[in-house]
Amino acid sequence: MLQLTLFYIFAVLAVLGGIMVVVHRNPIYSALSLILTLFALAGEYILLMAHFIAIVHIAVYAGAIMVLFLFVIMLLNIRIEERAPGALRYMVYIGVPMAAILFLQLGYLAFKGFQEVYVKNTDVGTVERIGQALFSKYVLPFEITSILLVVAMVGAVYLSKRKLEIVE
Amino acid sequence: MLEAILALIKIGVVVFLVILPLVMMLILAERRVSAFIQNRLGPNRVGWQGMMQPVADGLKFLFKEDVIPGHVDRFLYLIAPGIILFPALLTFAVVPFGDQLTTYIGHTLVTIRFQIADLNVGVLYIVAVASLGVYGLVIGGYSSNNKYSMLGGLRSSAQMISYELPLGLAIISVVMMSGSLRLQDIVVDQYEIWNVFRQPLGFIIFLVASFAETNRLPFDLPEAEQELVGGYHTEYSSMKFASFFLAEYINMITASALITTLFFGGWHVPFGILEAINLPVLWEQIIQILAFSLKTLFFLFFFIWVRWTLPRFRYDQLMNLGWKSMVPLGLLNIVLTAIGIAVF
Amino acid sequence: MQGIPISHFLVLSAILFSLGVIGVTIRRNAIVIFMSIELMLNAVNLSFLAFSNYLNNVEGQIFVFMVMVVAAAEVAVGLAIIVAIFRLRETVHVDDIKLLKW
Repeated sequence: MLQLTLFYIFAVLAVLGGIMVVVHRNPIYSALSLILTLFALAGEYILLMAHFIAIVHIAVYAGAIMVLFLFVIMLLNIRIEERAPGALRYMVYIGVPMAAILFLQLGYLAFKGFQEVYVKNTDVGTVERIGQALFSKYVLPFEITSILLVVAMVGAVYLSKRKLEIVE
Repeated sequence: MLEAILALIKIGVVVFLVILPLVMMLILAERRVSAFIQNRLGPNRVGWQGMMQPVADGLKFLFKEDVIPGHVDRFLYLIAPGIILFPALLTFAVVPFGDQLTTYIGHTLVTIRFQIADLNVGVLYIVAVASLGVYGLVIGGYSSNNKYSMLGGLRSSAQMISYELPLGLAIISVVMMSGSLRLQDIVVDQYEIWNVFRQPLGFIIFLVASFAETNRLPFDLPEAEQELVGGYHTEYSSMKFASFFLAEYINMITASALITTLFFGGWHVPFGILEAINLPVLWEQIIQILAFSLKTLFFLFFFIWVRWTLPRFRYDQLMNLGWKSMVPLGLLNIVLTAIGIAVF
Repeated sequence: MQGIPISHFLVLSAILFSLGVIGVTIRRNAIVIFMSIELMLNAVNLSFLAFSNYLNNVEGQIFVFMVMVVAAAEVAVGLAIIVAIFRLRETVHVDDIKLLKW
């Protein structure tokens, strides 16, 4: 019962944060709402017995990625965004129903298929299990991610270092 | 149920009976030590040797007028002082300040761990929480809507991201030595020889990085009084300003406790003195907790000592040191540790 | 003591994913669009972990790990591109740069 209560608390926080990300006009508030969602999701991960992923999630998303977002928003000094002009205004009338249809499809499948199965108390989220899998069966993908990170780093440095000008 | 009550008692004792009084004493100690270093007297009027000075300061903070400037982003401005205290206190949940004690409460045998939560991913928890400390500064800096505060917030976010990397790299080499992510295991692993002798380079990197993470001189660029008029807390007054101050001192205590735990043998008493004199278990536990406290207090003194001895870095020097010296040294340290483990 | 049904996690994941879709379609600020993409990635992570628990299979956790690496790389490059565009055009609104040339 306690677990279910915790699930609902975290779920409500996550959805509230998600809604604020989408509707708030000030990007700083969007970023902070996303941080709220990420913390709530870390709570859900712990309820799913994925302790390692929950902690890494906080360290990577809340600790690095969102700080970078806040840094860029503050550096560029982006203020409140005005309403979309012209055709873009009508995106609301197309985008929201499309997303609602998507949600109904996904939610129907999830609700129908997995109603009678419950969260188990497994050791699948422990550091030992993940470490063993990562360094034996998945060692090649793991090494390739390091190449991906190097590529991203070189790209970011190149983009911010190069002198930019508009070519007419 | 008993576990939960014990955890609550431990949280209460650590927060209200250890950290908050220690913060008050630290504020006094900072002023007295700085006075000693600069060859003057410092506050010595309120109470014996100025011992009541922190209480007087606290009362002053409480009764000051609480000004909220008109140009600030009210919501963020009000929550920033709360947010900054949260990660500072959170790290203490996993620091082991003693071994465990097995005793009877009523008629049930209970093992009391001298640690609030014994996580098996404790080290990762520390890295995760350490990276959250920046939010209070960034939100405070942004919401004040003032160029100095904004610059302070920008500086702190860049500084924290840069120095998290060497911090993490130094911790990785410690984890390689102990082979466990639990802090209690790391302490037990240092029974024979402290990590500072096995990992001198790692210790230096960790020390420098924790100075940067706590925003203390020589790395207090986010608040640099002479250039930024106080940085992110320029617009704050009264208790809100005091909570930024509190957070800085709590961060110092956390950093000292972590240095003690990871590199200076935690609650171990050096030279096997404890085994030699053969005391009852309860007294052994108390002496171990005292040993941990003494080591932590020494590092707190070290933080203050450095602050009043070294001048501030320039911002580009800070970044150069972080990325061009600390990160490569951290990587080198990991390689050396790996070779060491493979050979011995 | 029954625990939490897996379907609850999947429905939450669906809600967050749909919110991300809405954000990408209706917002004009490139940074907010980026954040909505992060929201979608996190929704997918949640369902990966739910299925990992259901199947008692460590692959789901590995996949989440990889998604995090990709997200970090994507944010580093993406924000660098946004800053570069801002330095040229002084805007981060996608309808001002939709021609993809200058």
